[in-house]
Amino acid sequence: MASQTLYDKLWAQHLVTQRDDGSALIYIDRHLLHEVTSPQAFEGLRLAGRKPWRRDANLATPDHNVPTTLKERSAGNAGILDDVSRIQVETLDANCESFEIEEFRINDERQGIVHVVGPEQGATLPGMTVVCGDSHTATHGAFAALSHGIGTSEVEHVLATQCLIAQKMKNLQVRVEGKLGLGVTAKDIVLAIIGRIGTAGGTGYAIEFAGSAIRDLSMEGRMTICNMAIEAGARVGLVAVDDHTIDYLKGRPFAPTADQWPAAVEAWRDLVSDDDAHFDKIVELDAAEIEPQVTWGTSPEMVANVSARVPDPTDANDETVTQGMNRALEYMGLSAGQKITDIQLDKVFIGSCTNSRIEDLREAAKVAKGRKVATNIQLAMVVPGSGLVKRLAEAEGLDRIFVEAGFEWREPGCSMCLAMNADKLGAGERCASTSNRNFEGRQGYGGRTHLVSPAMAAAAAVEGHFVDVRDYDYDPGNNMGRADAGEMSA
Amino acid sequence: MKKFERLQGLVAPMDRANVDTDLIIPKQFLKSIKRTGFGPNLFDELRYLDEGYPGQDATSRPLNPDFVLNQPRYRGAQVLLARRNFGCGSSREHAPWALDDFGFCVVIAPSFADIFYNNSFKNGILLITLDEATVERLFQATEATEGYRLDIDLEGQRVITPSGEAFPFEVDAFRKHCLLEGLDDIGLTLEQSGAIRDFESRHRPSNPWLFRDA
Ligand code: SF4
Repeated sequence: MASQTLYDKLWAQHLVTQRDDGSALIYIDRHLLHEVTSPQAFEGLRLAGRKPWRRDANLATPDHNVPTTLKERSAGNAGILDDVSRIQVETLDANCESFEIEEFRINDERQGIVHVVGPEQGATLPGMTVVCGDSHTATHGAFAALSHGIGTSEVEHVLATQCLIAQKMKNLQVRVEGKLGLGVTAKDIVLAIIGRIGTAGGTGYAIEFAGSAIRDLSMEGRMTICNMAIEAGARVGLVAVDDHTIDYLKGRPFAPTADQWPAAVEAWRDLVSDDDAHFDKIVELDAAEIEPQVTWGTSPEMVANVSARVPDPTDANDETVTQGMNRALEYMGLSAGQKITDIQLDKVFIGSCTNSRIEDLREAAKVAKGRKVATNIQLAMVVPGSGLVKRLAEAEGLDRIFVEAGFEWREPGCSMCLAMNADKLGAGERCASTSNRNFEGRQGYGGRTHLVSPAMAAAAAVEGHFVDVRDYDYDPGNNMGRADAGEMSA
Repeated sequence: MKKFERLQGLVAPMDRANVDTDLIIPKQFLKSIKRTGFGPNLFDELRYLDEGYPGQDATSRPLNPDFVLNQPRYRGAQVLLARRNFGCGSSREHAPWALDDFGFCVVIAPSFADIFYNNSFKNGILLITLDEATVERLFQATEATEGYRLDIDLEGQRVITPSGEAFPFEVDAFRKHCLLEGLDDIGLTLEQSGAIRDFESRHRPSNPWLFRDA
């Protein structure tokens, strides 16, 4: 057989039928659901008198609308004060019940952001196809699972048929070689990649992240990178299977049973691109040159090194780009030439499906330990990605470090990543955020978002403005650790 | 899904690149459990001067007079002319639902984001990709000529200007067929149930750990 990329292999292994016109029917192994993009799909099924094709392929949890304060959370769904939000969560519960789909409800300890929950449960496995009505489904590609976001019509299609109508994408390899500097993390790698190729650079491609710097990353770090593939325009981000992948999964609740394990591992070992596989495009980055990154604009590609200055729109040699930069600077209340480290902040958000896993919280806690949130910061919050991450963090004492430093320690959910619940920015407020999108209004109407790594966010909270964590006195782990699988099982 | 008919659509210009789905329909409107009613909140943050929330009566809100779709000359527009990477960001299908509910059935741009592209076709909205130079010319013509309309011929895969100039465009055969016939994807796929079951009977023995119903 001709050499194949990892993506080619995954595609071929799930091809049900290939149509003459280039589209194909692809089989879906895992379908994750949350409350925002599923109600209309369930309604569609009901109206057409259809049933889910395979109930056990589905797993649901509410995440976008759930409150993150303990007071509200302890009341369960009744604690969601916004009626419209509460109805949406209740609708998910009712749909899962009537269609007999497994759901981790609001106060189940396994509840959390769907892209944290899937891997943590081992519900995301190498060699799977994983879909979810959410663009950050690319996250699961860190496990060499072919994963992408779908719309609500497709959610309904997958529920009804266990398949998706898809077209094969092209192959893009992003190779990051070398060693990262201390204090530079997976988040900085992916922001640097987006800065290089742009928010449409990956459109039409499945990106495989490769190279020694990617292999050195823990699964958490790889998830951070794949999570933001969509911010480079690619629906799919992938990392090949290696020992990190296999070690992470062992013992997780949905992982293969002990008697299936050896066969599964053997099958997974093949989930790598062949040596001479053909990529339509290759992009290379030198890990040693990557600095901590900070976005300054309203698109993730508007990103700069922490040591740099806000760029000058007149330097762009494209009218549309200059216009976009001017509009972004106006919205962000920044001016060209300003030093990134002079940007003063109002709020800090550590959380989201990009950076709310245990390792992210450990990194942020190392910076926060023994320090205090600056007085100009009105709110610094840490929102763990799931109930299990929260429990593990508390067992390690991270919550106490944060609280003593002046951070709020919250209940799991999407929270201020997109501000569908009560956690949001006010107009003009400026936030250092570990999330993935800095679009206008993303974190609240008129709110200004700067995307950074967890360590950079924590340092910004302490100083009140951006600082280079590399100059900071703490012990960076560089995303090398791994969460203990056993402790993550409920 | 309704059939896509040839139309002579009034064109409205949206002159900015990377229009993301948060801009097309802000998240507070995603709380609805319905598919309809998103039209009044299309481009909400650009269209109104205040912050919108679900369930509000949009007719009493202050309009942003500078926003293009608020100009009387573009009232009733069916064709949206846009810049590169239109629809980037989230997978929310509320974006095409809002465009459709507002009355748009065609968007023309130099490029579109992938998920948005899929979602639009599944809701009967035709996305037409034309090169940057052509799109630029159409922007100029639209802005220069009040009441500027384009003839959208999906069958013949052409956009025809009032002066008779035709720009051909690509669209994949399956999507075109579904749009023209107003076909429901799910029904079509279920016709292949046999093939899906055959696939499962091969897939299960080699990956038993993917099936938890045993
Ligand atoms: S954390 Fe943010 S990006 Fe991730 S699923 Fe939730 S809302 Fe979407």
